Amino acid sequence: MSTLTAQKTSFAAVLWDYLTTVDHKKIGKLYLYGGAFFFLLGGLEAVIIRIQLIKPENDFISAGLYNEMITMHGTTMIFFAATPLLLGLMNAIMPLQIGARDVAFPFVNALGFWLFLFGGIMLNVSWLTGGAPDAGWTAYAPLSTTSPGHGVDYYVLGLQLSGAGTLMGGINFLVTIVNMRAPGMTFMRMPLFTWTTFITSVLILFAFPALTVGLFLLMFDRMFGSAFFDTALGGNSIIWQHLFWIFGHPEVYVLILPVFGVFSEIFATFSKKRLFGYTAMVFATILIGFLGFMVWAHHMFTVGMGPVTNSIFAIATMAIAVPTGIKIFNWLLTLWGGNITINSAMLWALAFIPSFTIGGMTGVMVASSVADYQYHDTYFVVAHFHYVIVGGVVFGILAACHYWWPIMFKRVLNEKLGKWAFWNFFIGFHMTFFIQHFLGLMGMPRRYWVFLENQGLDLGNLISSVGALFMSIGVIIFLYNAIYCWFKGDPAPQDPWDARTLEWAVDKSVPYYNFKQLPLVRGLDPLWIEKMEGNGKMTPAEPVGDIHMPHGSILPFLMTVGFFIASFGFIYQTVNDIAYIFLFGGMGLALGCMLVRSLKDDHGYHITKEELEKEAD
Amino acid sequence: MKGWMGKFKVLSLLGLVALFLAACGKENLTALDPKGVGAQKSLDLIIIPTVIMSFVFLVVMVLLVLALIKFRKKKGQKDFIPKQVEGNKTLEVVWTTIPIILLIIIAVPTVIYTFDLADDADASDHLNINVTGNQYWWHFDYEGLEIQTSQDVYIPVNSKVYFNMKSSDVIHSFWVPTLSGKLDVNPENENTFFLDAHEEGVYWGKCAEFCGPSHSLMDFKVVVVSQEEFEQWVADMQNFDPETAEPATDAAAQGRELFNENNCLGCHAIGSSAAAIGPNLTNFGERSRLAGIEEMTKEKLVEWIVNPELIKPGNKMTGKYPEVSQDDAALIAEYLLQLSPSEITTEDAGNGIEQ
Ligand code: HEC
Ligand SMILES: [Cu+2]
Repeated sequence: MSTLTAQKTSFAAVLWDYLTTVDHKKIGKLYLYGGAFFFLLGGLEAVIIRIQLIKPENDFISAGLYNEMITMHGTTMIFFAATPLLLGLMNAIMPLQIGARDVAFPFVNALGFWLFLFGGIMLNVSWLTGGAPDAGWTAYAPLSTTSPGHGVDYYVLGLQLSGAGTLMGGINFLVTIVNMRAPGMTFMRMPLFTWTTFITSVLILFAFPALTVGLFLLMFDRMFGSAFFDTALGGNSIIWQHLFWIFGHPEVYVLILPVFGVFSEIFATFSKKRLFGYTAMVFATILIGFLGFMVWAHHMFTVGMGPVTNSIFAIATMAIAVPTGIKIFNWLLTLWGGNITINSAMLWALAFIPSFTIGGMTGVMVASSVADYQYHDTYFVVAHFHYVIVGGVVFGILAACHYWWPIMFKRVLNEKLGKWAFWNFFIGFHMTFFIQHFLGLMGMPRRYWVFLENQGLDLGNLISSVGALFMSIGVIIFLYNAIYCWFKGDPAPQDPWDARTLEWAVDKSVPYYNFKQLPLVRGLDPLWIEKMEGNGKMTPAEPVGDIHMPHGSILPFLMTVGFFIASFGFIYQTVNDIAYIFLFGGMGLALGCMLVRSLKDDHGYHITKEELEKEAD
Repeated sequence: MKGWMGKFKVLSLLGLVALFLAACGKENLTALDPKGVGAQKSLDLIIIPTVIMSFVFLVVMVLLVLALIKFRKKKGQKDFIPKQVEGNKTLEVVWTTIPIILLIIIAVPTVIYTFDLADDADASDHLNINVTGNQYWWHFDYEGLEIQTSQDVYIPVNSKVYFNMKSSDVIHSFWVPTLSGKLDVNPENENTFFLDAHEEGVYWGKCAEFCGPSHSLMDFKVVVVSQEEFEQWVADMQNFDPETAEPATDAAAQGRELFNENNCLGCHAIGSSAAAIGPNLTNFGERSRLAGIEEMTKEKLVEWIVNPELIKPGNKMTGKYPEVSQDDAALIAEYLLQLSPSEITTEDAGNGIEQ
């Protein structure tokens, strides 16, 4: 046993450990905790929305509060639940999959996490300081530039903080994958989840700067009197929509590509088969990533861009269906001829196929510009993107949790509870969202605080609201499962799924340095190859030697606190000069931390060969 | 297992209900029962991809279900290791080409229709209506006719009518699902499209772009009447002179005084006027709905005049005029409700709004 875990660890020690950690596995967990927290918050907001819409002309909440609810639900789910949960999984798993001991920049990794967390807190502080943002998660100008109060200011700064964090995460993963693969792990031997992490990171790298720029312009308009989006003063509000969607559309693929990777791993493992068409899968991923940047204006068919623009973007959008279709069929053929085990992880993966296919179908439908003149900004679109984001991304995250739980939390989740959670959520999901396609076509626009009586929309909305109840039950069961296994579960055995990739070659105690000796990779599915050849475990690529590890640091946390404080300064300098103290104080703290980091050399430390051998006993 | 079956039954029942619902929707609001050129084209392009995509979905489902039935782990085969197939080039080509062909079938009519609907070369030969979107009401200015209305817009059947739209504040979107798809109403540029209804009726219009607290209450109506009726309506509206038109009753006359005294006239024009800070009330007595959404009754109107905030949160009338007592409001209501310069009303539009 390691001396560290043998000591009785006090709460303060654990807290300090997590505040200063640069270990990718711990940061991964932090992302998961943070993401889960915001997922519950966003879910609560969703339930409130559905209660408001349970019957016509309901007055459960006021119009203003309703608008805050939908804005916060969307913003929270996209930026503070889905994205960080995926970043968490990537952090926890990807370095193990490529046989690395950590990510390339552990310090930056920690900074990325803290920025995300404080961005989320920033956004939600607005509830307590006079009103959350209320201009929609898309914050279209001029509604966002003219929205009274400070709600939208919190939106701007919250997203700016977390966006910077995400960008850092993306760059970090890119460098890690390019530089830190184990001996023999060529690009075309990388597991699909690593591949999708790689492409996702490229998307983050190119997409997030567009958001950053847009947010800066919005910030100047709201806080410093500029008029980028103010038509009356020669600005142009449509530019915001372009900037937002140049980021926003690739963001959709930032969310969906990683779960494509997850499903590829799960289907292969539980079919006991190599992923069908690995090369095609890789190139389909790259193609989707590339095309993802060419289609943003399909969110704007009704803006009045003219028939040429609308046609080009319609066709480009339809083209994405081709590589996506390739993926679906390759998964099906992976199952075909396999020896299929159906457990909770696999249930989520199997349910993903029809659910996501429906989302993809409606995706092609909304790509047809003239049809979109009807669909756009109605519940049809709400249904479409929930099929993609819940039926795709959320199913994927839950599948990944079941699959990788043994590595991340050293437990196997309870199967029975897993199935209960699945069926409730699955049925609730289709109940909630399928009917919404029709509601949209029957004339219900989205973001409607109330729908009127006698418009034929009552029953559909009621069904949808009841579905939300089932989804909630599903989530609660999953949570219970997680907590139950934490306290009552048995330690997970080594490689419980008889899996194929490197992360399962890591010892079940998951040491903080991951691999005592870096493994030698001899092909795709390296662990499987060794199993088939009767070795059962990886051949080391190096003798046991000293391992170089980074030091933990409190600086990422402090730096983020600095930016966090400065954000309040930015928001309130418009009303009170005292805010400048926060602005400059916060910035001073953050820049000071940067200075310390730059000037103080920290070469990390070595775990010596002797220590490693001692620990093995 | 029984639990699942129970839930499954409930689900399939609800599914049936869903299908039933899908078939109808409210007439004159649903996009699924088009009565105009734009909506018809959109529906065509809703149906073609739905059919094609349903076929794809079916193929996927059949493959998935078959795979699960055939290849699910059997009792005696716990350790069976299947053949590790790498892939198949032919299959790969097949499922790349077929989708491309299917997409072309969708793309071609999409492009044709996109250009069809955007063609406004003949706009000057037709009636043009300049639309202003405001938080949270619509203003209509009939080009060259010196007629302004708000909330309800009258147009002739079987004739292209061009709408040139601009917003006075934030972005809105003009949507009459049964007649046509939507078009955004931006503050910076004028967007133009046409409606061409082939059946008389009162059609529901909605604002489809998120525009603030009362976004969901920003309804309007398109009243489609026959060609003759439309001409009659235009003549009546043009002949109306607020100076000479005497209120029908004493109460209404008092109401008119109060209307002038209480600042109302500062925002609301009666008779043709370029002013449009608030809805033009020339034919208020014929409005299908109060403020676009509420039942048109005297009580509701009084409620509106006393405190519009209760009906439309965040509207731009609240607090902009002196406090009006219940009694005064009743008199004003009396006056407003008798404003009815034309014989032609929503009743003439074939099927009325509540049918
Ligand atoms: C500051 C300008 C302003 C003033 C003053 C004002 N209104 Fe309004 N009024 C509006 C606006 C704006 C609306 C549209 C509200 C909406 O639907 O969002 C409106 C709507 C209405 C409507 C509903 C119109 C319709 O087409 O359904 C009535 C009736 C009305 N006002 C009556 C009055 C009366 C009576 C007074 C005087 C006591 C008055 N208004 C004073 C701006 C004003
Ligand atoms: Cu609007």
